[in-house]
Amino acid sequence: MNIDRRQFFKVMAAGSAVAVGASPVQARQCKALPPDAIGILYDANLCIGCKACEHACKDANDMPVSSNGPIDQAHGVVGAWDGDDDLSGRTMNKIKAYVAEGSRTDLDDPEASFIKRACMHCIDPDCISACPVSALTKDPFTGIVSYNPDACIGCRYCQLACPFNIPKFQYDKAFPQIVKCQLCAPRIAEGEIPACCDACPTGASLFGRVEDLREEGHRRLAMQPGEREEFPLNQLGGATREAEAQSYYPHLYGEKESGGTQYLMVAGVPFDKLGMPPVGEESRARLSETLQHTLYKGMVAPGLLLSGLVYAAYQHTRDERDADHADHLEREQDDD
Amino acid sequence: MTETFRPLGGKLFTRHFQFMGVLVLIAGYFLIRRFVFGIGDVSNLSDGFPWGLWITYDVVTGTAIACGGYAMALLVYVFNRGQFHPMIRAALLTSVFGYTLAGASIIVDVGRYWQLYNVFLPQYINLNSVMLEVALCVTLYTLVLWIEFSPAILEAMKANRLLRFLRHILFFFIGVGILLPTMHQSSLGSLLLIAGYKVHDLWQTTIIPLLFLITAITMGYGIVVFESLYASVNLGRKLETPLLAKISAIIPWLLIVYLVLRIGDLFVTGNIRAIAAPGPEPFLFLAEVALFLCAIIALADKHHRTRPTILFWSSLAVVLGGALYRFDAFMIAFDPGPGWHYFPAVGEMSITLGIVAFEIMAYLFFVKKTPILAAEH
Ligand code: SF4
Ligand code: SF4
Ligand code: SF4
Repeated sequence: MNIDRRQFFKVMAAGSAVAVGASPVQARQCKALPPDAIGILYDANLCIGCKACEHACKDANDMPVSSNGPIDQAHGVVGAWDGDDDLSGRTMNKIKAYVAEGSRTDLDDPEASFIKRACMHCIDPDCISACPVSALTKDPFTGIVSYNPDACIGCRYCQLACPFNIPKFQYDKAFPQIVKCQLCAPRIAEGEIPACCDACPTGASLFGRVEDLREEGHRRLAMQPGEREEFPLNQLGGATREAEAQSYYPHLYGEKESGGTQYLMVAGVPFDKLGMPPVGEESRARLSETLQHTLYKGMVAPGLLLSGLVYAAYQHTRDERDADHADHLEREQDDD
Repeated sequence: MTETFRPLGGKLFTRHFQFMGVLVLIAGYFLIRRFVFGIGDVSNLSDGFPWGLWITYDVVTGTAIACGGYAMALLVYVFNRGQFHPMIRAALLTSVFGYTLAGASIIVDVGRYWQLYNVFLPQYINLNSVMLEVALCVTLYTLVLWIEFSPAILEAMKANRLLRFLRHILFFFIGVGILLPTMHQSSLGSLLLIAGYKVHDLWQTTIIPLLFLITAITMGYGIVVFESLYASVNLGRKLETPLLAKISAIIPWLLIVYLVLRIGDLFVTGNIRAIAAPGPEPFLFLAEVALFLCAIIALADKHHRTRPTILFWSSLAVVLGGALYRFDAFMIAFDPGPGWHYFPAVGEMSITLGIVAFEIMAYLFFVKKTPILAAEH
């Protein structure tokens, strides 16, 4: 019994190394925005809901526009609007309209607002932390989060992890992929701007350097409602137009959310009214990685634990090894 | 210390066995559909509920139920309780199938299964991913389980030389076979950390890996007791009550530690206030606690532990409580936001049922044809 206890304590000592290794909890550093990161500023106050960006997005990504009978019938045209209701395995960009409860869709309603939903291109993306095979990666210069189908195993952990419910999966295909906005990376590489910003007639979707976009966002939040103001079109530093400023809800969405995002938004109403989820200011990836790396740092703790376990198993299987097996097996054969 | 293990013998193709076979065939039909028409054709999985019954039951709950081998190895090889050695093989058998089939069901669940080997390729692996750790540990452990289990097969084949060699290196695999489940059973809980608000406040916590680990070990002991009683009733074996009584004496202690941690953490974080929120979640939480409390009360008494009926029901309560905890955290109390709902489709359930049926068929085949159960004297 004494011997048992000694060995047991040895295993426990190795085991508690796990806990000791865990004690100086060093949280993983927050990720910083790459200095030349690019992004989009969406201004719900400027958006007129024309959905030109949806169509442009599909064209730019070689995706078919979905048909929607009732919409086509109501407007008397076919294929002018994309028929999907939400982001899906066929859609990477969606304009949604939110109205006050009980109210009809009416743009004069002060609580009504559009919102453009697409990948937020997080500074510290949970989807990247989650993906076991690095199918999602963040470009070190542009900060674009893109997807590599050759790596992806289709486990959909990125969907579970993304706080904005952005990655979509082709459940209807035998050989499916993850679908999400990649900030038109191929267009950017050719010196163009994202198709949605290019198509936007009002400047509601505005392309630029994230740092400049943040400044632009704060400029808008400071505007006096009713004043005539200059609004850049398509991209920062290009053409502008003059319009009357509407009142802004004082929040630059994406400046802090989930560790910050490169897709920023301003609107006239609070963002939870526009269907944005209750994400905290810290990315969950930071917590998850801190815990994981504390437990498995350099595999020291698991290594120690393993040596303790192997030693214990070695001691406690001695009888089995020493027993005269040949004899034992012969006896068994005789029995048969 | 060395005891003899014998095949049970007896008729294999019983009515019971044939019924299981039918379930497997039905699952086969849906499996074909899944691979031809895609995951959406047979399941209700969606962009809001990317993980459903397959991950929750087949992988997360299935491997916890398959922790019998792990729990017994802890007892025999770490705490040196040699008297439980006769039960190790039967426990290993359920573990080997639980894990192998969990692995197989991953092929069904992942969308791009033909690229699954990417999790082993250094150019792709992401060391930040909890999923990577789970994937690697579960694969490795399944291999280790087959090695630990192989003496039973080698004895049946009478491959004596190989057997002798294996006996001399087995201790290493036993050690690895205790480390790996410790790692991945806790990480199965850690998978949920990154999902943040989508996991209900009563389940989302930083100590979730510890809670998953403790419940997995407890479920392991629960299933060993349950399975041993099942074998005595259905396969006409003598009851191993004295041994079962000793194993089940561990269960209340583990459950008490678990409940103190779980409920204490809810108070420390303040998340306990979610218990007053409307909806079914508080009741689900209370149901979990109630199942565990029943097991604690039933098994705390020394005399109760010698009564097979009490052992049967309380071990079932332990397994069900642990399963409900996993279902709640991963599926029932999981809420990705307004507009998303999930209930498993017929095809999904059929595939899961088929996998369970296959597991039972394999169990019956092995106990009847190979030396798994200790010979009765
Ligand atoms: S919004 Fe979601 S998908 Fe896009 S980068 Fe962030 S975590 Fe990834
Ligand atoms: S589905 Fe693909 S991209 Fe998403 S986490 Fe899994 S492997 Fe990565
Ligand atoms: S950046 Fe490109 S892919 Fe992304 S929403 Fe705009 S058009 Fe679509």
